Parts: sequence; structure tokens; C-alpha cells
Amino acid sequence: MSESPRSSWPLYEVFVRGKRGLNHVHVGSLHAPDDEMALRNARDLYTRRNEGVSIWVVPAAAITASSPDEKDPFFAPAADKVYRHPTFYSIPEDVPHL
Amino acid sequence: MSFDNAYEAINDGAGEDAHWAFGTGFDDPLAGVDRALPAGVPVAELTAYCLMLGDDALVLSQRLAEWCSRAPELEEDVALANIALDLLGQARLLLSRAGEVEGAGRDEDTLAYLRDEHEFRNVRLVEIDCGPGPGGDFASTIARLLVFSSWRLAVFSRLVESADPVLSAVAAKGVKELAYHRDHAAQWTLRLAGGTEYSRERMVAGLARVWPLVGELFDPHPVELALPGVAVDPSLLRPEVDQVLDTVFGAAGLHRPEIAPLSPVAGRTGRDGAHTEALGYLLAEMQYLARSLPGASW
Repeated sequence: MSESPRSSWPLYEVFVRGKRGLNHVHVGSLHAPDDEMALRNARDLYTRRNEGVSIWVVPAAAITASSPDEKDPFFAPAADKVYRHPTFYSIPEDVPHL
Repeated sequence: MSFDNAYEAINDGAGEDAHWAFGTGFDDPLAGVDRALPAGVPVAELTAYCLMLGDDALVLSQRLAEWCSRAPELEEDVALANIALDLLGQARLLLSRAGEVEGAGRDEDTLAYLRDEHEFRNVRLVEIDCGPGPGGDFASTIARLLVFSSWRLAVFSRLVESADPVLSAVAAKGVKELAYHRDHAAQWTLRLAGGTEYSRERMVAGLARVWPLVGELFDPHPVELALPGVAVDPSLLRPEVDQVLDTVFGAAGLHRPEIAPLSPVAGRTGRDGAHTEALGYLLAEMQYLARSLPGASW
């Protein structure tokens, strides 16, 4: 055999929304020859074919990740800039979902 | 909202069984189903009919289980095992029903493990070696699965209307499973036929391997004809199944093989207990332990 079968079976990342879940959550990855088979494999591997779930598969190569090296400059703008957060007024009691 | 792992997040708000990945709410397909024998249905024929459909599933399940750890890819290993498990589930329900209708005290295990080859009622298509043994390969396994699941889905779609409430409930559960099996086989037929020259060659050879046994699926048996409203007359299904297969073959650029059917043995086929030599070996392996330690519980 000239090439390993895995080389023609690229990696896919799998996102699943549970029956009553609100959003898709990353649950893992798998190998598949194409998108259609990735979807079917994801159903077998990650949902046990439970009805009412939604699956997204994405080729791992299509995902751009933030770099751990840039963590500090990338995520710093939040915590230490207290003036960015609306914390200087009290919430009225009759506004329940704020 | 923060979660310790992805599964918790998926199940947020799912209630009591939220700590299980997708809940524990498995339904008993036969819950609330009336198990009493419907009036006017001949007992021997209904028993035999449940055995036919049960044995088809049991034997093919055994064949697919032989692929465990031998499939071309890990994901495919899981898929074939999934299909085998579905079929085993159908076999258990149908053999249990057969034993219950017969009323002679035989349960699913007695029927699976303590019947001899000539008492098995499965079609010969499910018993032949289509791999991973020397008798076949992945393509012939897929070819058999495509034909078998297309046929069985047609049977079960009609069986949902059966006058026997248990058969009807088993069919309702099975229809969803079989639609998945057929889809899986069709997907692989397209890929193998449209893959490389070699994979196409194997797919064509796989279809040729199973085709002589396709006709038997549509031969009506006296048992089926004696159960109007309960059983399905398979001879009525041929146009529908051919249409499904032709659609797949059309998309895959394949042709229906023109190969003569395997002849019956003295007028008898798998449905009458006349099998190919493959079934004896299959049962010897499947039944070994139960035969060695009869009456044991496990």
C-alpha cells in the first residue's frame, strides 16, 4: 500500500446540539473521507442516533484558532478595565431579565 | 453558565439524566403493546413468520459482527457494529415473539442457540461469507447490506400495518434503523463505485457475489400467504426495491447484474431450512458455548 488510508481521511471537528440544548457544543473529532460521511460517522460516534439533535461537522483545516502565545494581549481588554463595564448604577427591581 | 465538560453543556436543562451525555431516556419499543394473539391468526404460521424475520436479522448480525476490529477504518468499524446491534435488537424481539406465539416455552436464547441448521428460516443471502473472511470483502458486505436493507425496509414499512400488534411495533422501531442501514450502504456503494478503478471493480464483483440470492427475497412462502393482513407478501415488493436499487445504481454508474438466481435445493430454499454450507459453520461458532453448557444462565 503506497499511502496510509488515514491520509485521505482528513480530520473533522464535531459540534452537537442536544435535544433540549440551546447551542452547538464541540464534542470531539473524527476522520472521514468527506463531509457526508463525517456527518454520518458523527451520528454514530457522538449521538447514538438519538432523535432531535443537530450536528455540525467542520474540516479541522477550516478552523482558525487563537494562539496561546498571544493570550495576554488578546484577552486583556476585559478584566482590568473596570470603566468598560456598566457597574456604576443600581438595577431597578422591576426589570427582571437584565 | 459554566460547565465542566461539553456533554454537560449539551444537556443543560435536560433534567434528571443531565449527567449522561444524551440522556438515559431509552424507550421500550414494546411498552404498552398488547401481546395477546390476535383472533383468527394461525399459530404455526405466525411462529414461522416471526422466525423468518428474526433469523434474517440474527444471522446477518452475526456476519456483521465478524467485522469488529477488521473494518477499513475505525469509524466504519463503529458503523458496522451499530448496524449489527440494530439487527440483533430486531432479532431478539422477533424470536421472543416467535417463542411466545408458539407457546412451547422456547425463549429467544433457546431459539437462537438450540436450533439446528435445518430449523433456521433465514434467506440464504444473509448467511453467505461476504467478508472479512475469504469469501468476500468490504464491497460485497456493502452490496449485501444495500440489497438486504432495501428489501427489509420495504417489508417493515408495510409490516407497520400488521394485524399483529407486536409485529407492528417491531416494524415501527425497525423502519428508522433500516433507513439508516440502507443510507449507509448506498453511501458506500457510491464511494466505491466512484472511487478508484480498483474499488469500482470490487463493487461490481461484490454485487455479482450477492445477486444470485436476491431473487429468494421476493419468493412468497406459503407461511406469508397464509397470514393475510399479518405478514407481507414479498412478491409485491420487487418493483419498489428495484426502483430504490436502480436509483443508487444510476447515481453510482452501475448496472443491475444479469446473473441467474441460485436454484433451490429440491424445491426448498433458506425459508424452508435448506441452506448453503456456510450456515452450519456460522452456527457452530455462534452456538458453541450454549451447546457445551446447556441450561446455564448468563
